[in-house]
Amino acid sequence: MSGAEGNGFGRRRFLAVGGGLAALAVTGCGSNTGRASSGSSSGGKPTLSQWYHQYGEPGTQQAVQKYAKEYPDATVTVQWSPGDYDKKTASALLTDGGPDVFEYGNGPSIDMIKGGQVVDLSDLLGDAKSDFTPSLISRLTYQGKLYGIPQVTDMQLLVYRKSVLSAAGVQPPQTVDELLAAAKKLTTDKMKGLFVGNDGGVGILGGPALWSAGLDYLKDDNTFGFDDPAAVESLRKLRELFTSKSLLLGAPTDWSDPSAFTQGLTAMQFTGLWTFPQIQKALGDDFGVLPWPKLNATTGAPSVPVGAYASSVSAKSKNVDAAKKFVKWLWVDQTDKQLDWAQSYGFHIPARKSLIDKADKLKSGPAADAAKFVNENGHAQTPLLWTPKSGTAYSDALNRIIKSGSDPATEIKAVKAVVEAELKRIAG
Amino acid sequence: MSVSAPARGSITTRLRGRYDRNLWFAVFVGPFVLGLLVFVYIPIVWSVVLSFFDAHNTVTPSKFVGLGNYLDMIRDASFRSSLLTFILFALFIVPTTFVVSLGLALLVNRARFARTFFRSVYFLPTACSYVVASLVWKLSIFSGVRFGLMNTVLGWFGIEPIAWLSVTQPPWYWLVIVTARMWLQAGFYMILFLAGLQRISPSLYEAAAIDGAGGWKVLRFITLPQLRATSTAVLLLLLINAFQAFDEFYNLLSSSGQYPPYARPPLVYLYYAALGQGQDFGHGSAGAVVLTLLIALIALGQNRVLGLGRRED
Repeated sequence: MSGAEGNGFGRRRFLAVGGGLAALAVTGCGSNTGRASSGSSSGGKPTLSQWYHQYGEPGTQQAVQKYAKEYPDATVTVQWSPGDYDKKTASALLTDGGPDVFEYGNGPSIDMIKGGQVVDLSDLLGDAKSDFTPSLISRLTYQGKLYGIPQVTDMQLLVYRKSVLSAAGVQPPQTVDELLAAAKKLTTDKMKGLFVGNDGGVGILGGPALWSAGLDYLKDDNTFGFDDPAAVESLRKLRELFTSKSLLLGAPTDWSDPSAFTQGLTAMQFTGLWTFPQIQKALGDDFGVLPWPKLNATTGAPSVPVGAYASSVSAKSKNVDAAKKFVKWLWVDQTDKQLDWAQSYGFHIPARKSLIDKADKLKSGPAADAAKFVNENGHAQTPLLWTPKSGTAYSDALNRIIKSGSDPATEIKAVKAVVEAELKRIAG
Repeated sequence: MSVSAPARGSITTRLRGRYDRNLWFAVFVGPFVLGLLVFVYIPIVWSVVLSFFDAHNTVTPSKFVGLGNYLDMIRDASFRSSLLTFILFALFIVPTTFVVSLGLALLVNRARFARTFFRSVYFLPTACSYVVASLVWKLSIFSGVRFGLMNTVLGWFGIEPIAWLSVTQPPWYWLVIVTARMWLQAGFYMILFLAGLQRISPSLYEAAAIDGAGGWKVLRFITLPQLRATSTAVLLLLLINAFQAFDEFYNLLSSSGQYPPYARPPLVYLYYAALGQGQDFGHGSAGAVVLTLLIALIALGQNRVLGLGRRED
């Protein structure tokens, strides 16, 4: 091989490495946007593209397609996106090929809002504003402007197998210490005591660990919220849980799927409300629910993370007004469709208080308990000003604390530095 | 002359070339050049430009920050640790894959029967996607529950199930990552070595046999020196592939929106910083440039030591 060939080959490959990232950024991830080539269809009605992530419950895709078809004032095409929806949408919003209307977990990020990628939806709620769960509206609001309309409320909570607990003589745990003891006692050759995800809880217990210690990600004045001995203690308990050998790790499915619980791999699992239909189908009434318990008898409070997919409008839409009108029609005016969306395809809590009373599935059993937890122990999953960089810093710290036994106090200090820099960047 | 020759020197004629050679060259090469320009070179230039700007949630730079993004990335402990992760990974995967694929090539080359069968068996995994292989490794072979394949085997010896991908002490996840990559890659490099082995003149081995040399000596003094060119090519390819590690790391280790810091190669880190919800293209581009320079540096160093591409004497 000649020198020229050898080096030329190498250069091309090297440049491809750096270029690949930028190429993806510039071109977006896929060109099928679901949006028509022009802003209006042949009938004179505007054409809108609406994006959803792929829901797990059967019938959901047909439902949103039906809602879109019933809208009289625009032709709405639904794009149903499997895979990494959040990243795909975030990239698409940079281009003209993105959606007009899209849902986003807990609403658009602070950088989307500050970058002017989404439009102000404050005028859509009107008189209905007081009917929406206040904590959700507050989570979707920045400097007095609303950037997303909540579609449905979801939550995470602890489910436990009643028969297994009573056979082992274990009471549903009320504190983290009781949870640790219960998990140990419930662990046998065939079943582990608790499942909080294959990562040992790094992904989902970050919030509950803080709330259970009476703390939060950020304080009310938007300063760092957990440089506190109680947080150190709480995170240390997560490490204790990880090393106790009572935690299920490496299950075929993760925490958001109930299979590990329904197949008897674990006696307790921290999971989502959406899993209830599958759990009921497999176990009938043999399960109960709990919030994540408080740290100890004197510190903190039980908690459940509450989140919502919220509908937003892209600022790059060619029909911003038509898109806003559609969002108002579907997620503010059409209460029957909102109730159908929350109740007919799985277990979700309607985002509007008046609809919760009409939701038959939430009136009894574990679902009723879950709905009660939302009001009594609910916390927004993360605050709006908690950026992805802050999230990564905290999740890295949790990883090191839980899996490698790093000192929580040192790790919290490192997270604090990143979060404070991010808060400063946002304020700037 | 009945057919008049085209006017000499006309621009069209000169552009088309003799026998339309230039025209056909453009037809065949043009689309690829265009593709390279649009999908590789322009993004690279764009990426370099972005690396000097603050570009959160935009690819249209506005606020110039000079070398700020570069300094941030170099100061960023997570980025530095991702580079360290890569170096550890490369230090292990490059020599082991080299030895395994060379070993396989030597074995298959000497096989007296079913040679084609063995070649195919070892080469087949190359056709499998990294994503699929990662899922098979994660869900079936190295699943952490007692009925995972490896844990079943361990169970026969009375060993408790191991949560392969969830624990860091001991770091079993390396075993999962390395075996997946080895399974996928070794066959390809084996084929390269086989091609190299078949170019060695049999007379060298015959001469060695006459001189009474055999086994290790033949390998040491004939086979390996004769494979020098192939070996250096394989080493460079292995190194570049190690730098590009993404698929198996991402699919084996990411979960519920987070990724563990202890096994995060640079591309995974940059993916989360620039293309994830972070959408921080300024820092992401600066990281990509740093990474590209690093790869170039290592390749040049390797070139100096091993002499790949050096003009044949």
